[in-house]
Amino acid sequence: MEQKITLRVDGKERTLTIDARTTLLDALRERLGVTSPKKGCDHGQCGACTVMLDGRRVTSCLVLAVANDGAEVVTAAGLAHGDDLHPVQRSFIAEDAFQCGYCTPGQIVSAVAMLREAEEGWPSVVSEDLDADRVVLDREEIAERMSGNLCRCAAYVNIVSAIEKVARS
Amino acid sequence: MKPFAYERPVDVSSAVTTVAGRPEASFLAGGTNLVDLMKMEVLTPELLVDVRHLVSRRIETLTGGGLRIGAGVSNNELAADRRIRRRYPVLSQALLAGASYQLRNLATVGGNFLQRTRCPYFRDVTMPCNKREPGTGCAARDGHQRDLAVLGASDSCVATHPSDMAVAMAALDAVVHTVGPSGERSIQVNELYRSPADGPERDTVLERGELITAVELPASPVAATSRYRKVRDRASYAFALVSVAAALEVRDGSVTEVRLALGGVAHKPWRAATAERALLGRPATEANFRAAAEAELAAAQALAGNAFKVPLARNTIVSMLRTLTEEA
Repeated sequence: MEQKITLRVDGKERTLTIDARTTLLDALRERLGVTSPKKGCDHGQCGACTVMLDGRRVTSCLVLAVANDGAEVVTAAGLAHGDDLHPVQRSFIAEDAFQCGYCTPGQIVSAVAMLREAEEGWPSVVSEDLDADRVVLDREEIAERMSGNLCRCAAYVNIVSAIEKVARS
Repeated sequence: MKPFAYERPVDVSSAVTTVAGRPEASFLAGGTNLVDLMKMEVLTPELLVDVRHLVSRRIETLTGGGLRIGAGVSNNELAADRRIRRRYPVLSQALLAGASYQLRNLATVGGNFLQRTRCPYFRDVTMPCNKREPGTGCAARDGHQRDLAVLGASDSCVATHPSDMAVAMAALDAVVHTVGPSGERSIQVNELYRSPADGPERDTVLERGELITAVELPASPVAATSRYRKVRDRASYAFALVSVAAALEVRDGSVTEVRLALGGVAHKPWRAATAERALLGRPATEANFRAAAEAELAAAQALAGNAFKVPLARNTIVSMLRTLTEEA
């Protein structure tokens, strides 16, 4: 069953006709040529497909595109302003926070969204004071909040460092 | 994925009528579990009826101090709500212990109750499974047993319920509000799930087309001293082997109020009523905590591969009650 939807992807309006089975990830990669979100497990377990959907990070492989007509999508490719990389992107490079790079776009979108969540005071399961006004992003907090993004190269030590650096600045 | 049609009805009653009248139709909310199961063709609905935009995404304070949570509130929004964090910390912690931030942004409160089991044999269409295909048998019982139930299971099914949130909701005596083909009703979370002895293919008492629209948390002063502890194979982003949701009030050294529920051990969030009765009115001592936990687990029936869950549940209950006694 084909349906027409419009998405705003990295600031550009894109209209496409899709089968109801099309996930947001497949719509982005296969139909719109937006390939920064990666297909890892395709079951919501690895986080390589992470994008921001209406401002919140999600695993785009479990989202049906047809159910998100009119949505705003931000991928890793949409974070930079031209050649001016997002601070999280710069920090990943500076801290050598990747090896093969396949999970990196998902890690970066996830980290950007996570910093916003922390700004809003969202707690995590390792937060000692669940009701604290201000979230202090130490390494344990960062690791917990990033646990939905797997890295099979295990670049975790430097991923946490890259995010910690941005969180402190 | 099998082909399916997608509809976005204008109101709850037309969504309910559509799903009630078509056995091959299914409600779609966050989709984190449903879409995954459709990819594996464990579930093959021919029509998805989207309800996410139809159910409330608000959390309202009720007169008397309880909260009414719209079924469309995301798991993260609920966990971050200040009223939940202050008055029902066990619920906030349980939510935060489940899945990942990405999944919790999608997953709704209503859908969380209705997650299907993560039993690997249910999720593998090449294996027999009475829950997926009634009458085919249970491959889990003689298979990989680590994640299976030790309480309330039947010969036909030993699967566990995967939710963390529902364990806290069970401890808090939450009530689910529904709209179905025969009207509205309220169901205690502790009455929501069916025993696997009478047909494991149906997880809950909900009728075809019956939609969860809200969850009500009763006012509960004891819930201010409450916690969730989850034991799992890795530190984050894994299902529970055993989890404990508990709230405790201690006065003059004795237990004056207690709520206790277990996750990872049964087909439903397991309200530990036997342990609660054993604790109430008695001194808050380690020996009494242990006796209460053992009384609850006396009915446990373990398999070789999940027998570790019985002492693990006992020890987790005891350490949780000790922690809460120190805080109370």
